[in-house]
Amino acid sequence: MIRLRDITRYYTNGFVKTFVLRGVRLDVAEGEFLTIMGPSGAGKSTLLHILGMLDATSEGEYFFHDIPVHELTERRRTELHQQNIGFVFQSYHLIDDLTVYENLETPLLYKKVKAAERKSLVADMLDRFGIVAKKDLFPAQLSGGQQQLVAVARAMIIHPRLILADEPTGNLNSKQGEEIMALFRELNRAGTTIIQVTHSEKNAAYGHRIIHLCDGWVTGHQLAASG
Amino acid sequence: MIETRNLKKIYTTEDVETTALNQVNLAVQPGEFIAVMGPSGCGKSTLLNILGLLDTPSAGEYLFLGEEVSRHSERRRAQLRKSNIGFIFQSFNLIDELTVFENVELPLLYLGISASARKKRVLAVLEQMQLVPRKNHFPQQLSGGQQQRVAVGRAVVGSPKLILADEPTGNLDSTHGDEVMKLLTDLHESGTTIIMVTHSPAYADYSQRVVHLFDGHVVTENLMEKFHV
Repeated sequence: MIRLRDITRYYTNGFVKTFVLRGVRLDVAEGEFLTIMGPSGAGKSTLLHILGMLDATSEGEYFFHDIPVHELTERRRTELHQQNIGFVFQSYHLIDDLTVYENLETPLLYKKVKAAERKSLVADMLDRFGIVAKKDLFPAQLSGGQQQLVAVARAMIIHPRLILADEPTGNLNSKQGEEIMALFRELNRAGTTIIQVTHSEKNAAYGHRIIHLCDGWVTGHQLAASG
Repeated sequence: MIETRNLKKIYTTEDVETTALNQVNLAVQPGEFIAVMGPSGCGKSTLLNILGLLDTPSAGEYLFLGEEVSRHSERRRAQLRKSNIGFIFQSFNLIDELTVFENVELPLLYLGISASARKKRVLAVLEQMQLVPRKNHFPQQLSGGQQQRVAVGRAVVGSPKLILADEPTGNLDSTHGDEVMKLLTDLHESGTTIIMVTHSPAYADYSQRVVHLFDGHVVTENLMEKFHV
């Protein structure tokens, strides 16, 4: 699904080049559940943004299903992103003046999905994530764990082939965190490819494989404890 | 525009009753710019949520545009909210799956405005927020200041009568905070009523009147200096 070759990302400030990623080579097959680990500042989030087509590479090649992302115009990249990728972040990014139902529906409003079909897709997600009873509530009326469930449900509603998660349990207590991770495992088993950034060994154990980043270099590959 | 009479909000959790708002009486005239201040937990956000029809009071009355709304059905409150109120939150509240253009356009979809009218209106707002070159970007590709400008754009795109802002500068550095305050001041000058919760005395200075809340009560109301003379 994903092929990165010698990906380098640097920022130029005057005459100084600051390297965030150096020569990253990575292959991710469809259906994998991959974890990226490493200390703060290692380049994890930048790598995730590049994978998600939110950031461009300075050098190197990125193929997504054999499409050369590094050669695409920004417009085409945006399209590819919207058709294929769902993002989940540490903070939930819900809209506080929209209900749970409306928050879930938003990505569909832009996909020319008919009203009746939108309704059934949202109902399906509410059901699958066990939040039917919450559909008319506003985010502030939910616990952090429930808000994150809604955020994941919204990322899933367009049926992305790839989910990118940046510390998705960072704001949750351990029980809520386990729920989210169990959900990711379930989504992955149903065929969605997942790449997560985490500091937690426990969360990494839900995936198949771990890559370690340090100072922008890939410093190690390992199979996950349960993988 | 807004009047509350003996507004009360009580939360009950496991036999413990917490009074978030107690006997709040507040009147806001059309075109006013009001700052609400007070320590954490004093009820500021609860008040804003009730004024924004996101929550209902436990007791008391709330008149919005002359209409008693506290016993309205959720559907009717949603209607009033979507056609009259714009919200700005501390944490921007943008949707990651949508571009800048789409995020700003969102409230118009709920108002059933035609595609061509929407496009025109969104572009005008993006122009005002100096975000035209960013219109096809996603929120994650923007700085915090730019994200909050998108959020302000989303709040104003439906030309609401009332803007409710909950710590709109709370996640911004002072340069970007000043920018957002400048935008709010412009909106106020063009006639929009604004109620803003803030911790910052400097930003409260932009308003005409400061309401201080403490333990769910309004303790004082100050007219700002510049309007005394």
